[in-house]
Formats: sequence, C-alpha cells, structure tokens
Amino acid sequence: MIANLAFLIALVLQSPAGQNEFVPASSVPRTDQLQAAPLLIAAYAFVWIAACFYLWTIWRRLRKVEDEMQALERRTGASGSSGASRPAR
Amino acid sequence: MKKLFVPLLIVVAAMFAFAPIVIANARYESTMGLIQKIFYFHVPSWLAMYSAIGVCGLASLIYLFQGSRTADCYAVAGAELAILFGLMGLVTGPLWARKAWGVWWQWDARLTSALLMWLIFVAYMLVRKYGGPGSEKLAAATAIFGTATGPFVYKSVDIWRTVHPTTNVVPTLPRDMALALLYCMIAFFLLFLVLLTVRVGLAQRQMALDDLYLAGED
Repeated sequence: MIANLAFLIALVLQSPAGQNEFVPASSVPRTDQLQAAPLLIAAYAFVWIAACFYLWTIWRRLRKVEDEMQALERRTGASGSSGASRPAR
Repeated sequence: MKKLFVPLLIVVAAMFAFAPIVIANARYESTMGLIQKIFYFHVPSWLAMYSAIGVCGLASLIYLFQGSRTADCYAVAGAELAILFGLMGLVTGPLWARKAWGVWWQWDARLTSALLMWLIFVAYMLVRKYGGPGSEKLAAATAIFGTATGPFVYKSVDIWRTVHPTTNVVPTLPRDMALALLYCMIAFFLLFLVLLTVRVGLAQRQMALDDLYLAGED
C-alpha cells in the first residue's frame, strides 16, 4: 500500500516527458507570434553580437601581441640582448 | 587556410544574414509555434560547441602525451570556442524555454549537465590563466575530462526523463525543417572554422612572443 502510494507520488512529481518529434503546422495564432517574436529576435541578435564581439577581442589581442613583438624587437635591436622583462598577459 | 579566411568570413556573414529567410520558409511546429524557430540557432550552436570540445579534447590528448605546442594552440582555441558556442546555446535555450515551458531554466538532467560541461571549459581557461607555470598540462587533463562528459550530455535526454526534447527530434524532422536546420548547421560550422583559424593564429603568435622573451632572458 505504502509502496503503491510512494510510486504514485513519484509519478506525479516527475517532470513531463520531452518531446519525441516535432509536428509541423502551416500557421500559428497571431497572439502567439507577438509573444514569441521578442524572444526569437533576442536569440538571433545574441548570436550575432557574441560572434562579432569575440572576433573583435581576437583582433584586439592579436594587435597587442604584434605591438609587443615589434617593441621587443626594437629594444633588443637597440641594446643587444639585454633581457627584456615579460609583461603579464 | 589564411588565404581563405576573408572569403570564408564573407560567406559566413552572408549565410547568417540569409538565415532568417531560410528559417522563415520552414513550417511552424504545431505546439510551440513561432518560438520553436530558435531551434535553428540553438541546435547548431551546440553542434559547434561539440566540435570545439572535440578539437580541444583531441589536441589536449596530443599535447599531454607528445608535448606538441601546436596541439596546445588548438586546445586553447577549442576551449575558448567551446565557451563561446556553449554560451550561445545557454542563452538561446532559456529564451526558447521561457515561451515553450513557461520558465527560463529547469534543473533537469540535460540542462544541468550541459551547464556543468560548459563550466569545465571555463575552468580550463581559468587554470591556464591563473594556474602559474606548468598549468597547461593540468588544463589539458581538465579538457580531456570535459570532452569525456560530452556523450553523456548528448544522451542525457534519452537516459533520464527530462522536459527537453529528445535526440529523436532531429532525425524525424520534416524535409523543410531539416533543410533549414542543415543550412544553419553549415553556417555555424563554417563560423566555427573561421574563428578556430584566427584563434589558433593568435595562440601561435603569443607562443612566438613568449619564445622571444625567453631568448631575451637567455
């Protein structure tokens, strides 16, 4: 009896099962479209912004490394191999 | 690959710009409606994340056992891209869930394990940045561990009962939905390749700079 009750409680508390397949539909209610649109646009915008931002950070880091390399070459060229100290990156 | 970088970047940008048209041409899903269209960016972002962790794990394995510095460059690039594409998945997912499930987040097996996998790669980057000398090897071990969790995260929706759609959804997609998904998957994979190329280039330049400093110290 208790085991059956526990089983029933566990069954009720379980989260609903995930979808097994997507069923296509030709149209969607207009109210639904209005609610979903900002979330959809936000998702697409985030992907664009994240990709562009990452590309920009790579470009910035690459430029910093190139500048550092040129400065180091200039320094070692001017004063022989004087032992340049490494800045934190 | 460097010669291909700019044309590939233009192709990727054009594909992403055209993606909303391709996605709009695919039919709506009957129960979720318009919000299901996030699927076409959400799934490919995880595909790119899995590609990134694959590169990172394999490169870390090579670095750990052969000491190849080029492999280390690929590993760090892979880890950073895993964080980027994982973040895309972790942001687009809750935006979809808010409308489809009524909540932003659900602590179920798929979502929690995916978050933990992403955090392992964040840990990889933190170990490399703040771990001090020799941290590359510790980070490589972390990356192998993170990569090993990948299959479990993928199969979690089939093993445990979760609210997340199962892996059966993609193989059973109708033709129009499958084509839109394929298009977006190609776009994301090309983006992954472009970013991997530039990030590996950056890692190699940083390595060359370190060598210059070491030569100066000698």
